[in-house]
Amino acid sequence: MTRKQKRLSVIAGGLAFLGAATGLTFYALGQKASYFYMPADLTTASVQPGQRIRLGGLVEKGTIQREQGATVAFSVTDTHKSVKVTYTGILPDLFREEQGVITEGTFGPDGVFVADSVLAKHDERYMPKEVADGLKAKGVWQESKSE
Amino acid sequence: MVETGHFALVLAFALSLVQTIVPLFGACLNNQRLMAVGGPVAVTGFALTALSFAALASAYASSDFSVASVWENSHSLQPLIYKITGTWGNHEGSMLLWVLILTFFGALVAAFGSNLPATLRANVLAVQGAIGAAFFLFILATSNPFIRLNPAPIEGRDLNPILQDLGLAIHPPFLYLGYVGFSICFSFSVAALIEGRIDASWARWVRPWTLVAWMFLTGGIAMGSYWAYYELGWGGFWFWDPVENASFMPWLAGTALLHSAIVMEKRSALKIWTLLLAILTFSLSLLGTFLVRSGVLTSVHAFATDPTRGVFILCILTLFIGGSLALFALRASRLTAGGLFHPISREGALVLNNLFLTTATATVLVGTLYPLAVEAFSADKISVGAPFFNLTFGPLMVPLLLVVPFGPLLAWKRGDVIAVAQRLMVAFAAALLATLVTALFIDGASVFAALGVGLAVWLILGALTDLAVKSGFGNVTAGIMVRRLLGLPRSVFGTAFAHLGLGLTTLGIVGTLCFGTEKILSMHAGETVELSGHTLRFVGLYPAQGPNYAEDRGRFELIGVSGSPVGEISSAKRFYPVRQMTTTESGIRTMGLSQLYISLGDEGKDGSVVVRLWWKPLVTLIWGGGLVMMAGAAMSLMDRRLRIGAPSRRRKQASAVTSADLP
Repeated sequence: MTRKQKRLSVIAGGLAFLGAATGLTFYALGQKASYFYMPADLTTASVQPGQRIRLGGLVEKGTIQREQGATVAFSVTDTHKSVKVTYTGILPDLFREEQGVITEGTFGPDGVFVADSVLAKHDERYMPKEVADGLKAKGVWQESKSE
Repeated sequence: MVETGHFALVLAFALSLVQTIVPLFGACLNNQRLMAVGGPVAVTGFALTALSFAALASAYASSDFSVASVWENSHSLQPLIYKITGTWGNHEGSMLLWVLILTFFGALVAAFGSNLPATLRANVLAVQGAIGAAFFLFILATSNPFIRLNPAPIEGRDLNPILQDLGLAIHPPFLYLGYVGFSICFSFSVAALIEGRIDASWARWVRPWTLVAWMFLTGGIAMGSYWAYYELGWGGFWFWDPVENASFMPWLAGTALLHSAIVMEKRSALKIWTLLLAILTFSLSLLGTFLVRSGVLTSVHAFATDPTRGVFILCILTLFIGGSLALFALRASRLTAGGLFHPISREGALVLNNLFLTTATATVLVGTLYPLAVEAFSADKISVGAPFFNLTFGPLMVPLLLVVPFGPLLAWKRGDVIAVAQRLMVAFAAALLATLVTALFIDGASVFAALGVGLAVWLILGALTDLAVKSGFGNVTAGIMVRRLLGLPRSVFGTAFAHLGLGLTTLGIVGTLCFGTEKILSMHAGETVELSGHTLRFVGLYPAQGPNYAEDRGRFELIGVSGSPVGEISSAKRFYPVRQMTTTESGIRTMGLSQLYISLGDEGKDGSVVVRLWWKPLVTLIWGGGLVMMAGAAMSLMDRRLRIGAPSRRRKQASAVTSADLP
């Protein structure tokens, strides 16, 4: 190979590598990104059982139930609709009734959302941003709660 | 005292403007006296910033609640150490720490830069001053830590309990030393672009700064990871959280810079690329500051959201990244490109390293910013987490880790892969053996686990092979070998230790992810549980009182083979009344390199408690590897060649000798 051919093959190799990495990135974004929904969005969005999503809202009052072992069931609501969620594990320290929460997991065939992670707001002063924005959009945001 | 600090901060802002303008003009006009202004101004600016920081720290230490920032983030009952570390445990104070470190580095250039060409030094200080000016203005305009309250409240609102930990004393300062340390590389790059040339002293100067910044950033990230691991009670060491990514991207780019700077110093090739990489690394540091400080992300790091701050930092970001890249586009063609080299060589291996690391940085960048972009342009809200990064970052890292042991053994200019492969035979055989042993003898291990262990062993032994080969192992007697080993340049040890640390971290990650076990159950006092061969008895919950919290401490006894307790682990639920916040204190017992980790959940009506237990084999290696990497960087820094001042002295001697030798 001449010098020029060598250089071209190195450049072609580099470009092929970058191309493969770009392709993989976009494939992964399509496959692995999980969408955020509030309970009322679920009537319009088509979420398949087994599809990984994040479900956010307020923990509905009086719905927290300890089931057998370390499993907990509660409802997540946006005041229009609510969804039953089960979670096995330790709930975050800031998990409370009528407080913002984001759960991540999949819907089971019975329509119950099985969460494998539950995030409550990190700070007393504000809600998870997604939940706050979602509640504002639905007109049920109480500004006083943000303080 | 507080007002003194405020005035000092305003003065430091004014001086940073002087530091930007005067030396820059001096360099343009080639006026020595104007250029000389930069040094003393930089040192004075640092002194004033330090005074300002000390004023704030003393307000925190003495619980002066008439200062708004102290009132919001401190409490008179807090232990003194948390009162002091609380100085930077909030938005305003942490930005002050940021500029303190920035001016500190500027002062170091001023103090030790006497052997730099005068115009380069002036331009570097000017750029450094400009960054300082932008952030001083940011602090004074949007995040002033010295604002007073009138009337002064009697008691403060307490520091966020999650931050009341020794981690706060180490993690932010180290991280900032890393982030901001890259500003020096940035300033050198921009200065080189302004001048339109890169000379030998440029590479010699940039490399140690990269090493220092990289060393602290490594430490800061490792410390942050360990802190999150034990403090949040989730048992994880890395969550691919956008805020973590914000610190990881400069680290990846900085690692690439570290390697390309070697090529530039040794072979004066890759000049333009190194310069661009230095700009990109600091740009990613700025982006990290923006992501964490602007409140666009919800995380433990977002102290309070204020839209004006976000917009302000975004402006700074655009100005510096856009400005430097525009300058690069205009001037890069003027710089002389370095020589070409053979692809199979040390340089070639380092280019490969850069290709992989920058691509990996790009995937992390895409994964971090994509959700923000989607949210900005559509109504959808998405999150990109571990599954994405496992699929993109993972496949990029594995081939890179596979070739790491080859790099240091390849010769410069033209390497011989076959010869290097022969030298690595022992490491390869051991890695293969480790893979087979794992696959055959350790129960339930997946193929990935076995390959992961093999990869880690390959990296560790590869690093040791490098030292063995360079000290003549097998060819010379033991005595000569030891003498040669001790006589090796410190930077050779640096490389070997950094790669060794990488191998140890890999081993820790593989061990924890592939062989770790966990159990979640609800326990009554007196019950026992078994996890990976360890038996734990839950003794019960005991209330206790701390200085500014009340806690329920769950005590567990570790039962030995004989059936009697051999140790105790306790995990607690702490309640901080001021903030009405509960935190979980995890219980950790280190056994060899592994850890038993207990996290306490809620108490049920029947008196049972939800308990989550993890067995984390080799987990300490994850952070231990980070410490070894830091040690590697420290050794490289101690290399004679990089000692500040040494190059110029030696060069003078060398030139004296050559001129004397001339006929």
